[in-house]
Amino acid sequence: MRRIVVVGASAAGLATVETLRREGYDGTITLVGEETELPYDRPPLSKQLLAAEWEADRLALRTSADLAALDLDLRLGVAATGLEPGTRTVRLADGSEVPYDGMVVATGVRPRRLPGEGAHVLRTLGDALTLRERLSPGRRLVVVGAGFLGAEAAAVARRLGAEVTLLEPAAVPLAHAVGTAVGHLLARAHVDQGIDLRCGVTVTEVTEEGVRLAGGEVVEADEVLVAVGSLPNTEWLRGGGLALGDGVVCDEYCEAAPNVYAAGDVARWYNPLFGTSMRVEHRTNAAEQGMAAARNLLAAPAARRPFAPVPYFWSDQYDMKVQAYGFLRGHEEVAVVEGDLARRRFVVAYRRGDRVTGALAVGMPPRVLRRWRQAIATEADWRETVRTEARAVS
Amino acid sequence: MRVSVPDTSHHDEKGKGYPMKVELEADKCVASGQCVVAAMEVFDQDDDGIAILLTEEVGDDRLGDVEEAVAVCPAAAIRLVRP
Ligand SMILES: Cc1cc2nc3c(=O)[nH]c(=O)nc-3n(C[C@H](O)[C@H](O)[C@H](O)COP(=O)(O)OP(=O)(O)OC[C@H]3O[C@@H](n4cnc5c(N)ncnc54)[C@H](O)[C@@H]3O)c2cc1C
Ligand code: SF4
Repeated sequence: MRRIVVVGASAAGLATVETLRREGYDGTITLVGEETELPYDRPPLSKQLLAAEWEADRLALRTSADLAALDLDLRLGVAATGLEPGTRTVRLADGSEVPYDGMVVATGVRPRRLPGEGAHVLRTLGDALTLRERLSPGRRLVVVGAGFLGAEAAAVARRLGAEVTLLEPAAVPLAHAVGTAVGHLLARAHVDQGIDLRCGVTVTEVTEEGVRLAGGEVVEADEVLVAVGSLPNTEWLRGGGLALGDGVVCDEYCEAAPNVYAAGDVARWYNPLFGTSMRVEHRTNAAEQGMAAARNLLAAPAARRPFAPVPYFWSDQYDMKVQAYGFLRGHEEVAVVEGDLARRRFVVAYRRGDRVTGALAVGMPPRVLRRWRQAIATEADWRETVRTEARAVS
Repeated sequence: MRVSVPDTSHHDEKGKGYPMKVELEADKCVASGQCVVAAMEVFDQDDDGIAILLTEEVGDDRLGDVEEAVAVCPAAAIRLVRP
């Protein structure tokens, strides 16, 4: 293998190219990225950067010297527009074609939008800086969607003094992911901070005055942030011979087609630890999967290793750091296994089938978290692990 | 736009024979614990989960683990530099 093309120059793409070099690959690496910036980190966009605690330079994932040491053919500010499996070339928006022996797709996701003009989304550095400029004390911000991203942005905006309305279609925000009890707890934090949280409302469009709800009512706003989930960036791969579902469909090795791999938010792969295919939009997964894809691409077929991680994410909500391990969606039972929900120091565990499949913690020391991560990684039996006195919650 | 970055260092020689220095930017740390999993002898976490360095110098024997930690850290808070 002498020519490897990695498309998408963010967390997953960067981890891929770094791992290729660390594993001793010394052929050509072309790293293609649509954004003009050198790879930067996204989680601070809705946290320190939006709060104006950090400036953009703190988001750089690597120094230019570190990048230089990787000896890349770096093509920034240009999108890949097509994949030609027959001739094994990637087409770029500037008209050039890049041949490959191996390829890794790391094009991430983009925000889902709503009908109507003028709303903010929050995915890129530019998005975050634009929104930040518009937030000031007394400005009215409507955030559509109380998922982790919408909730973080609402919290920061409130801290900056904006009047924030948070609109959520579900009865309890995040209940489908974290369960009702934890969802309630996170919702209460918003209300305590003076956010106008309205659940069970569906926004149909963005208007000049604000947003229109399904019943016709208009909620007025100076600024609207739409945070209603994301769509994998796979359109450029149409006709390229890959299976595209919700993301690039891969096997347990993160391979989508011979010598074509995918990693990060765009990849839907089969995780053998949970016996299911999944696509996770978590920062740590982007790095870990980029590393796994790089290693498997270089490895002899028999030496490839399945990618079977315990997914992990964190989210900062006011003074609470939420940390979650495992696969929470589709859980059948939730129990408080350490601490106390009311005191905002706790671990809740999630069951699917007979197993502990997830854990979510707020305010607990690392050694406690490690124990629960370990329980998930070792497929621990629910009844043996979750003490009988643990309190079931919904 | 095509950006070409010249090769100014020699990654293949990194660390061979002499220790490398580990740098941690604790205020970037998001308490994920990934570095401890990758290199237990070099990183630990305080009670809030913020990473702490157990040693600032690593020789060849632990270099691979620390490189792994640099790669998995979700906050780009760890760097390996030549002293
Ligand atoms: C505001 C915000 C806050 C977040 N907070 C957290 C958090 O607290 N915890 C957590 O675990 N995760 C968080 N995440 C998620 C985390 O940032 C992502 O999981 C991570 O960025 C995924 O990395 P990636 O490289 O797979 O994709 P991305 O970061 O989306 O990068 C994909 C790159 O590919 C480029 N690209 C797309 N199409 C093309 C094309 N056709 N050709 C060339 N380039 C292309 C894009 O421009 C982009 O630069 C947050 C995300 C956002 C946006
Ligand atoms: S991996 Fe990075 S973010 Fe996680 S604990 Fe270590 S230094 Fe902190």
